[in-house]
Amino acid sequence: MDDEPIELIIDGIQVSAVHDATILEVAKQYGIYIPTLCDLEGLTSFSGCRLCLVEIRGSPKLYPACTTPVTSGMEIITNSEKLKEYRKICLSLLLSERTHVCSVCIANNNCELQDLSNKLGVDHVSFERNWTKHTIDSGHDFLVIDRNRCILCTRCIRVCQEIEGAHTLDLKNRGKDSQITIDFDALWGDSCSCTACRKCAKVCPTGAIYIEDELISKTKDKNVVSFLLKRRMYK
Amino acid sequence: MRVKKFILADIQKIAETEVDFQRAYKYRINVCCSSGCIPLGALNLLKTFEKLIKEQDVAEECLVARTGCVGTCSAGPVVVVESGGYIYQNVTPEKAKKIVIDHIVLGLPVKSLLYESKVFLKKQHRLVLRNAGKIDPYRIEDYIATGGYSALVKCLTRKSPQEVIDEIRISGLRGRGGAGFPTARKWSFVARDHRSPKYIIANLDEGDPGVFANRTLAEADPHALIEGLLIAGYAIGAEKAFIYTRAEYPLAIDILEKAIKKSEELNILGKNVLGTTLNFDVELRLGAGAFVAGEETAIIASVEGRRAMPRPRPPYPATSGLWGKPTVIQNVETLANIPLIIQNGGTWFSKIGTPKCTGTKCFSLTGKINNPGLIEVPMGIPLREVIFDIGRGIPDNRKLKAALIGGPSGGCLPDILLDSSIDYESLETVGAIMGSGGIVVIDDQSCIIDTAKFFIDFCVSESCGKCTPCRVGLLKIKEILEKIIQGNGRIEDVELLSKLSTFISETSLCGLGQTAPNPVLTTLRYFKKEYLEHLYENFCTANKCFKKKEILRIG
Repeated sequence: MDDEPIELIIDGIQVSAVHDATILEVAKQYGIYIPTLCDLEGLTSFSGCRLCLVEIRGSPKLYPACTTPVTSGMEIITNSEKLKEYRKICLSLLLSERTHVCSVCIANNNCELQDLSNKLGVDHVSFERNWTKHTIDSGHDFLVIDRNRCILCTRCIRVCQEIEGAHTLDLKNRGKDSQITIDFDALWGDSCSCTACRKCAKVCPTGAIYIEDELISKTKDKNVVSFLLKRRMYK
Repeated sequence: MRVKKFILADIQKIAETEVDFQRAYKYRINVCCSSGCIPLGALNLLKTFEKLIKEQDVAEECLVARTGCVGTCSAGPVVVVESGGYIYQNVTPEKAKKIVIDHIVLGLPVKSLLYESKVFLKKQHRLVLRNAGKIDPYRIEDYIATGGYSALVKCLTRKSPQEVIDEIRISGLRGRGGAGFPTARKWSFVARDHRSPKYIIANLDEGDPGVFANRTLAEADPHALIEGLLIAGYAIGAEKAFIYTRAEYPLAIDILEKAIKKSEELNILGKNVLGTTLNFDVELRLGAGAFVAGEETAIIASVEGRRAMPRPRPPYPATSGLWGKPTVIQNVETLANIPLIIQNGGTWFSKIGTPKCTGTKCFSLTGKINNPGLIEVPMGIPLREVIFDIGRGIPDNRKLKAALIGGPSGGCLPDILLDSSIDYESLETVGAIMGSGGIVVIDDQSCIIDTAKFFIDFCVSESCGKCTPCRVGLLKIKEILEKIIQGNGRIEDVELLSKLSTFISETSLCGLGQTAPNPVLTTLRYFKKEYLEHLYENFCTANKCFKKKEILRIG
């Protein structure tokens, strides 16, 4: 019974999906766009950015598309006016949380946060912005982390742990003070577990982790995870 | 030496011996030694009483015992003289001498030192707290003598696991942690699952400001919790339970540790519980004190040794909990109800409270109230009775402005709504939640915006930082409220606040974020006038805000 495809409707389109698939995976298959920021194919889902929230008919709640499994007969709405509005608020919040100034950012024109803001129509931020003074660590030979540009999507943490297996990066503190930390709060240059594989810089959606003296357009490579997994013959 | 293996029949024997032992004493002096009374010198008082009865030569007819919380926390240190339940308040060593000489030696209760307990106790219905202030939490015999562990014996001898679940279903018991999910349904999900091992987690991580019901319960009656866990384990087929508590509860930890050890000695925990085929272990796990760690998926992460961050559900803990195994997570208050339901039957329990919300609920009563403390009331009691009868109203005859019910993520209810009854559904319709059971009373000296800011502040610092709405959204709410308080608010801020609050409650990942804007939403709903007064007229009824501005003007 588990092998039978599941029939459901996304935005009025009749689609079929395999068991255990998430709403996001099915939508991607059928070319239906759901904005995401923390999600990255090949890594475990985090469900932190809340951009991929969708409505399911008959339920008052909103569901994250990246983790909600599909069930038969589901009717999913991905782009209602409410969702569009909420995504805009979400992006505005992210933009106002830390120091995000595109014009002086290394990731300008190569930033997923910037791209999404353009795409979803966030042309101004209605909240007062916090100019944070988090630390910048450029002590490594070539890897740099600027925590003021971090949106805490934890892609770097997950890629470091799940793909590289080093678990150099992790979170410290909580709430607005959450920060990416290296080893046990070490400087990157002193880290004994970092393998300098650069994957964190490749998957970082903003300019928080980058490689010194390298064009960011050359560094960024969202597909590195699925490429590696394919080579390792996981999928 | 061969270690004696205790069997089912031994429980009865222990109970009989203990009852005989206690019956030999005419009086019993119970000294409340809970976290509330110890700082006031309760432990010293305990020694004083022990010395005094020896001095007065009444040691043979009077027993001095340390107990858990009596509930009248404002009157501490509290001493109760049994039989008769005479509650003495604010006892000092000098007063102790008077009590021993007058009451114990001469048999005349000291009226001037008595606590006026009639209304306080009459309106309450103490089920979960039945032993609080009556038994010594360090002595398992004391618990067994009051009928403790007989529910376990009843389950093991006469009830199948399914019958236990059925009994709970008849009782209508719902989770006391806040959401009110039916306990029997939760159990049957896991009982039906044939994978093993299965786990139970007792949630003793209560982090709300002004809430201490669970801690007090664990300090006063640890064995009720262990018995509840055992029965739950028997019903769902779990062999391992974790009690998750916070490291900030040293007394509760000590009491629980010793209770677990003592139960193991008596073969109530461990392999072949009381000579039956049931195996059951209880382990204590300490959290580092995060409010969010009370969320069920965050507890799982924390028990597993990871950072206490919630994850989206589904999968629910019942299907994929601790280490991916079926797990039941239950508040300690729920678990303490279980032995009672088994002993007295589900039908008995279902008659207490309202038809939809059966049983009782513990509340910590704090704030501007004459009689703060720990109370237990039947579901459905009007809030007004709790505040004005049990709590004896507001000090200095001030006016009540609002009651915040449900902890920092509860709702601020105005005076007109105080007649709404305390049950899950009624509270939800007025915008509050049952939460972990905290009632904070606010009088007219407090500014409602300042109050809302206080609770938002708490949630900002307790947010785990995982999801955007809770991490950043709450911070923005806090900033806007600060602006209004300083007199720099804009008219459109009211609209922005309500939009942002709805956004946060609808999009946040876990219960913390989903309920955190409640104080703002309810104050906007019931106290909008105050917001507008702040914005349009720079006027604060409580005269709390705009302080900075005034100083500037004078200077």
